[in-house]
Amino acid sequence: MQSMTSVPLSWYLILSAILFALGVAGFVIRRNLITVFMSIELMLNAVNLSFITFSYQLKQVDGHIFSFFVMVVAAAEAAVGLAIILAIFRNRSSLQIDDISSMKY
Amino acid sequence: MDAILFLIFATIAVLCAINLVVQKHPISSALSLIGVMASLAVLYLLLGGEFLAAVQLIVYAGAIMVLFVFVIMLLNAGAERRSNRSLMATLFGVPLLAAFLALVAYVIQRGLPPTEGVYFGGFTQGTPRAIGRVLFTQYLLPFEVTSVLILIAIIGAVVLARKEI
Amino acid sequence: MEFYIITLVKAALIAFVLLTAAAYLVWLERKVLAHIQLRLGPSRVGPHGLLQPLADAVKLLTKEDLIPRDAHKPFYLLAPLLAVSLSLISISVIPFGPEVEIFGYRTYLQLTDLSIGVLVVLAVSSLSVYGVALAGWASNSKYSLLGGLRSSAQMVSYELPLAITVAAPLLLANTLSFRELVDSQAGYYFGIIPRWNIFQLPMPQIFGFIIFLIAAFAETNRVPFDLPEAENELVAGFHTEYSSMKFAAFFTAEYINIMTICCVATLLFLGGWQPLFPAQYGSDFVPVLVNLGAAAVALYHGLNPARPKDRLTLPVVAAVFAGIALLFLVPFLKPILVPLFWFATKTGLLVFVFIWVRGTLPRFRYDQLMKFAWTFLFPVALLNLLATSFLVAVTSK
Repeated sequence: MQSMTSVPLSWYLILSAILFALGVAGFVIRRNLITVFMSIELMLNAVNLSFITFSYQLKQVDGHIFSFFVMVVAAAEAAVGLAIILAIFRNRSSLQIDDISSMKY
Repeated sequence: MDAILFLIFATIAVLCAINLVVQKHPISSALSLIGVMASLAVLYLLLGGEFLAAVQLIVYAGAIMVLFVFVIMLLNAGAERRSNRSLMATLFGVPLLAAFLALVAYVIQRGLPPTEGVYFGGFTQGTPRAIGRVLFTQYLLPFEVTSVLILIAIIGAVVLARKEI
Repeated sequence: MEFYIITLVKAALIAFVLLTAAAYLVWLERKVLAHIQLRLGPSRVGPHGLLQPLADAVKLLTKEDLIPRDAHKPFYLLAPLLAVSLSLISISVIPFGPEVEIFGYRTYLQLTDLSIGVLVVLAVSSLSVYGVALAGWASNSKYSLLGGLRSSAQMVSYELPLAITVAAPLLLANTLSFRELVDSQAGYYFGIIPRWNIFQLPMPQIFGFIIFLIAAFAETNRVPFDLPEAENELVAGFHTEYSSMKFAAFFTAEYINIMTICCVATLLFLGGWQPLFPAQYGSDFVPVLVNLGAAAVALYHGLNPARPKDRLTLPVVAAVFAGIALLFLVPFLKPILVPLFWFATKTGLLVFVFIWVRGTLPRFRYDQLMKFAWTFLFPVALLNLLATSFLVAVTSK
């Protein structure tokens, strides 16, 4: 019964790979600073899925701890990153990454 | 039942992720990302990570993404401008991505040792109690270090939010 | 198969009761506010305006449904749907009573018991900000946008003290399941003081309860924290541009959220369905006495009517209350109804406090609201949690 309804482990890993690749694609092709940032979050989510899948596979809780830490780091990163985006927008009135090509002025 | 649930929510996740990438407006992308996170939370539940599923919704979808939506609304960011893309990228981008994914899928299928499939209830260590026990014994030092990291992030955000920069 | 049928019946019952209660909560709020302000309130449709919710529903259904020309249409339509469906989700993990036996089936008065029930409620409440924020953004109106911005900032800020105060009773009970939480609050100190979490040793959660209530006002966008829809500065805030059923959806979501958060406060701090004093002192007869008292009051006013029509309506009300009182004496229904009575009474009192506060307190200014959350509520909640965890660690074996 369980073997009939169970999902192969590789499906989870492939889903994780698809999400990660889409995150990379978004990171590369989007031109809005916030969308680029969100693509990074998507990549982190994809990695979390891998962690939890492997945690299931190895029957150990460590993967959950790692993805927990990833979430904490993502929260810190979002706070700082969005503050930086706000500062950039105040100075240049634009969120296009093409407009942000010089270090100062 | 497991396979149906997996397929439904994996499809939602992939569709939302594609929508994130193709949408021009940041708020559409943000909502798609929330969709990805919510469906991933369901997949975590299927994998036995009940605590992680709740944290995913509370922290990721409920706090981080609210910040994103808040900033998008605050800046009233419109749709992004098209920048001059190279012809090569438009022609070969999507096929190459698909080819890369096919390669990764093949490697995963071949490289993974044969294992029994994932079924709901196959892993019961994802309870808050189990995670808390490991977090406060084995991973105590990393846990404390992350609290320092968050403190640094708070100070950094406050400094960056000042008017002078 | 049996499981699915029972669950479907329970879900239908809960949804019906919840939506009816939400409709009558509007009536109750208008009535109580009116009496606080020395008015009569709704009194035209049906006796004492009791049919007013029905009239409101008909009115809202038949109004013209406007969509602003420049609104972002998909999100504009998604927002009310999101608000009302998210508000309905969290009620599914809330227990209303203990395990009971109905027609030979043993079942819980709860849709589903999760081992992480408290976290689910927190997660859903943290998601519910999107309905409001999206409505504000998609309407493409300055008032709506300001309302949406305010609400997202406010709900993120107040969620912190809310979550931290929720953690303290969880420490006392050592569980995340609502049912076990209530079971841990059974029993009495000295045979008379209930072991509810607001009284429970080693750290009575009375401060936690007050902080939770304050944060709950902010989470449900109620006075004194109703800045997202502040009428006299933002027209109607985030739902300025909504009309007809979509406006009704936001309205329903708000009232369901109030009821849910009052249920959660009851379960976390007020002992759920545990009675106020032990059964051997006759706590099982309190519902009978309360309902008979209500019947007596209604009968007295019916016999000395202030208005001519009261001579007809109030004796009927008295008969209804007497009938309810008799229901509590039926041995077959007693184990179901008495816990439900205690749960509903505590929740109802909290809902009344929500309305009472709306009738008496003025609105905060926006900067005061933020300052209050971050410089007062958050540190106090943190101190409460620290003290609780310290005392629990010291006293546990």
